[in-house]
Amino acid sequence: MKRLISAAGLALALAVTGCSEPAPQGRGVYMLMDTSGTYTEELQKAQQIINAILAKLDPGDSFAVARIDTGSFSERDIVARITFDDRPSMTNQQKRKFRDLIDEFVDNVTPASYTDITGGILQAVEYLNEKNPGRKTILIFSDLKEDLKDGYVRDIPLTMDNYNVVALNVTKLRSDNIDPREYMTRLEDWQHRVESGGGTWRVVNDLDRLERILTE
Amino acid sequence: MPLADLIAKSPYPAMTWVFVVLLVILSMYFARVHAHRAILSLSRALYRTLRLGAASTLRAEHRLLLRNREVLLAAGREAKERIIEREFERIDGSVRRDISECPSLNRRLTEEVTRIEEDHQKSTEVPPAPPGWVPAVNAVAEIPSKGDPMVANILEGIHDSLVKAQEQATQDYRKSVQVRHDHLKSMMPHWRNVAQLLGQVDHKVTDLLQRTQIIDRHIDEYENIMRGSDRAERMLSSSSLVQFFIAAFVLAIAAGGAMINFHLIARPMAEMVGGNNLIGAWKIADIAALVIILVEISMGLFLMESLRFTRLFPVIGALADKWRVIMIWVTLGFLTGLASIEAGLAFMREILLQDELLLSASLRGETDAVLGNDFVWITTAAQMGMGFILPFALTFVAIPLETFVHSLRTVMGVTTGFFLRGLAMTLRLFGLGFRYLGEAMVNIYDIVIFLPLWLEDRVKTHLGNGRRPAQGPSFRET
Repeated sequence: MKRLISAAGLALALAVTGCSEPAPQGRGVYMLMDTSGTYTEELQKAQQIINAILAKLDPGDSFAVARIDTGSFSERDIVARITFDDRPSMTNQQKRKFRDLIDEFVDNVTPASYTDITGGILQAVEYLNEKNPGRKTILIFSDLKEDLKDGYVRDIPLTMDNYNVVALNVTKLRSDNIDPREYMTRLEDWQHRVESGGGTWRVVNDLDRLERILTE
Repeated sequence: MPLADLIAKSPYPAMTWVFVVLLVILSMYFARVHAHRAILSLSRALYRTLRLGAASTLRAEHRLLLRNREVLLAAGREAKERIIEREFERIDGSVRRDISECPSLNRRLTEEVTRIEEDHQKSTEVPPAPPGWVPAVNAVAEIPSKGDPMVANILEGIHDSLVKAQEQATQDYRKSVQVRHDHLKSMMPHWRNVAQLLGQVDHKVTDLLQRTQIIDRHIDEYENIMRGSDRAERMLSSSSLVQFFIAAFVLAIAAGGAMINFHLIARPMAEMVGGNNLIGAWKIADIAALVIILVEISMGLFLMESLRFTRLFPVIGALADKWRVIMIWVTLGFLTGLASIEAGLAFMREILLQDELLLSASLRGETDAVLGNDFVWITTAAQMGMGFILPFALTFVAIPLETFVHSLRTVMGVTTGFFLRGLAMTLRLFGLGFRYLGEAMVNIYDIVIFLPLWLEDRVKTHLGNGRRPAQGPSFRET
């Protein structure tokens, strides 16, 4: 009887430890590029950032780049997306194709009339939740000035548990120069929205240290 | 509620304190004998228990030492038997080889001696003697001519003939001596050959004698081991410790080699099994690389065992020679195959590395830096060479591993013996500590109730019975 109980215990232990759901692995990165108005002139920098991120990602990681335009909560706004193959050689080929897609997009981009950042973030959350990577990062390459078209409802609380949100190249607008409090308030508002949704918030304006975007 | 709070709430706290203290002292006084017994019983129980534990530990240590000694002597006896057996095999081989060469040596010596004898015979031939009539002619030639010119001419002619004959004889003699010298000269290489042959014989005999001396020494040590002498045990123990540290050092070096090997194949292994799949916290690619290296080491162990360099697996050692040879070739084949795979993986690693460098450069926009350099083939060849050679080099890990395993038993025994001895000493120290602590507590108890004890003493003295007040039980009494 004792032996039976021991064997059952061992089997149970093996079942619990060996057959449990594997923990999510790898990284998932979703980058939003602001294409509204004059910010399209900054897209060359976005290209550099994307290349730097491509160099940092490993086999099995997921990466998507989407544009921010009038209505960003749409799959059509995703410029390129990929989950890298397990094999390193295939990953390298996929990175080359991804870079070519981004280059083509940047060359042919047309400025958008409005800036729907919240919709882009919602789309990013949906994409990364579906991929379910170990670490989820949303990069927002924008001045963070949201400008919604009439009728678009974006007053929605964000659900961003375990998300790292990094705002990149947050440029100052002309009005910010007149009243810097506008810039600070804008940043604080976004930080509050992200952190109240359970995510972490960081701003990186020094693009000379791009390699730190994913490591920190 | 604590007692202190109760006393603080009373109307006369100081008086209450005094009352409580007196009550406690009186209680302790009346319970003195029983309290002493309780304290001493407790300390005695602890003391005896710890002493018992120490004695048991010492007995265990003694048994362990005996067992260690048996194992050490058995291992030493086995090793010495192997050495002596090997020495006898060497002597046997040497003697067989030398004896087989004896007829040839004898023939060569005989031939040389025969040639020397012949030359010697030739060199002893008597030189040609001067003609017999020379003294007669010489006597005639020395006759005085007394002024007779005719006689003088005759004598002069005789003299000339004599001189010519003398010169001829001298020349013949010189030729004869020359021939003899030539014979003697031709003897020299034969002498040298003889000396060389005898030198070889001497060398072999000396070598044999040295081997016998070595065997004598080993036999002495073997006898010491068989007698189980302390000297033999000390020697074997010391030898085991030295072997343990040397083997550990060599194994550490081998571990370094295995680590380099691992890094050489782990990266390209991701191409085969995927770079992102995990088992637990380990990547499958890393596990696969590790498994390949461990299989190589296992094959190396089997190869060394089949070659009888090591004796880790008695089953392999007991195989028939035919199967052992088959096993040698099979393991060697596996090793060569795995080494070839490693060389291929090392080549692939370099290709992947170059591809990644090119991609990184192009992502950075350095389009002119993607051509690489002309010396890449050197690192590629070096990596492939290492990938092929390291599995064979790791084969030799079997030898230090065997030494490590065998010496580990002795080292563990010695270490455990030291630990047990230290534990026994600690238990005894604690036992003594509890014993004296019990006696100290009894004395402290009496100090606390010194006032009633003093009064008791005074009363009994006053009553005149002259007896000392009753003592509590001592440690020995309890």
